Amino acid sequence: MEKKQPEIKIIEKYCKGCHICVEFCPTQVLEMRGFTAVVKNPDACIACMQCELRCPDFAISVTK
Amino acid sequence: MGFDYEKYIRPGKLPHIWCPGCGHGIVMKGLIRAIDALSLDKDKTAIVSGIGCASRLPGYMDFCTLHTTHGRGVAFATGIKMARPEMNVLCVGGDGDGVAIGGNHFIHACRRNIDMTYLIMNNNIYGMTGGQFSPTTPFGAKASTTPYGNPDPPFDIAKLAIGAGATFVARGTAFHAAQIEKLLIEAIRHKGFSVVEILDSCPTTYGRRNKFKSVVEMMNQLKESAVPVAAAEKMSPEQLEGKVLTGVLYKENKPEYVAEYGKLVTRVQESMAG
Repeated sequence: MEKKQPEIKIIEKYCKGCHICVEFCPTQVLEMRGFTAVVKNPDACIACMQCELRCPDFAISVTK
Repeated sequence: MGFDYEKYIRPGKLPHIWCPGCGHGIVMKGLIRAIDALSLDKDKTAIVSGIGCASRLPGYMDFCTLHTTHGRGVAFATGIKMARPEMNVLCVGGDGDGVAIGGNHFIHACRRNIDMTYLIMNNNIYGMTGGQFSPTTPFGAKASTTPYGNPDPPFDIAKLAIGAGATFVARGTAFHAAQIEKLLIEAIRHKGFSVVEILDSCPTTYGRRNKFKSVVEMMNQLKESAVPVAAAEKMSPEQLEGKVLTGVLYKENKPEYVAEYGKLVTRVQESMAG
């Protein structure tokens, strides 16, 4: 059976561009585009949830 | 569907007012997950705060909330618990609110061992009012009122709480986000006065003055300075230099204030009647 890829959702209007998610993602899934974090490489996501847990602005949700 | 934080947040309140990179949002998420894990009833949970950046937290939470005067969150929370002992009472605030302006309320609530949880977000500064030094600003650190470095040694909030008689004391950091939830679950379950100190980041008024290039650097500093209590037992005093212990630092069971007060009332009433 094929492994289901986690789904990462970023609410742009909540993101304040603090870089925490981008810096602490262990597989470099996210990057900054202007002042907002965006998903660059969704296939690399291992659903460790660190970005969701550490986002101070309630902007990221990861669904396993 | 990921975890639904907005279920516990008042509609239309996000995005919050905290600065980019402020750790308070991370702590608030930890608190929401802890409340969710414990299935606390919104109508039977009071979240109380004083004044400050951290004290804005109850404004976002869809519970019974009270935003009170500076440093007096614990005093109001004590009133709620005495009047409505069935309620879960949580008090939140920052370091300046909790151990400077509200220092007296804090130590006496610890001494009484009243059943509530006090969450202190320690960002080492008075952020809201412009970055004045607080009792937890590290020695030598710069603040708007200590431009040449802070000459005062800081308080250790956890040690202060233990010394004053709190029966559950824990410490975490905003970097260790998953641990915040675990510490708060244990603290809320504890019968007595529980203190949870979360070391936090204030990039705007503390970080910029103290040569932190970004909030990421502040988070890395929290990551490197935190040592779990179990790991610290195997380390030498030299290795522990400049580190902070995290995890549950102290726990004991002692008579709880509301229950003891109830017993006193019953005893006096019986002696009057008899």
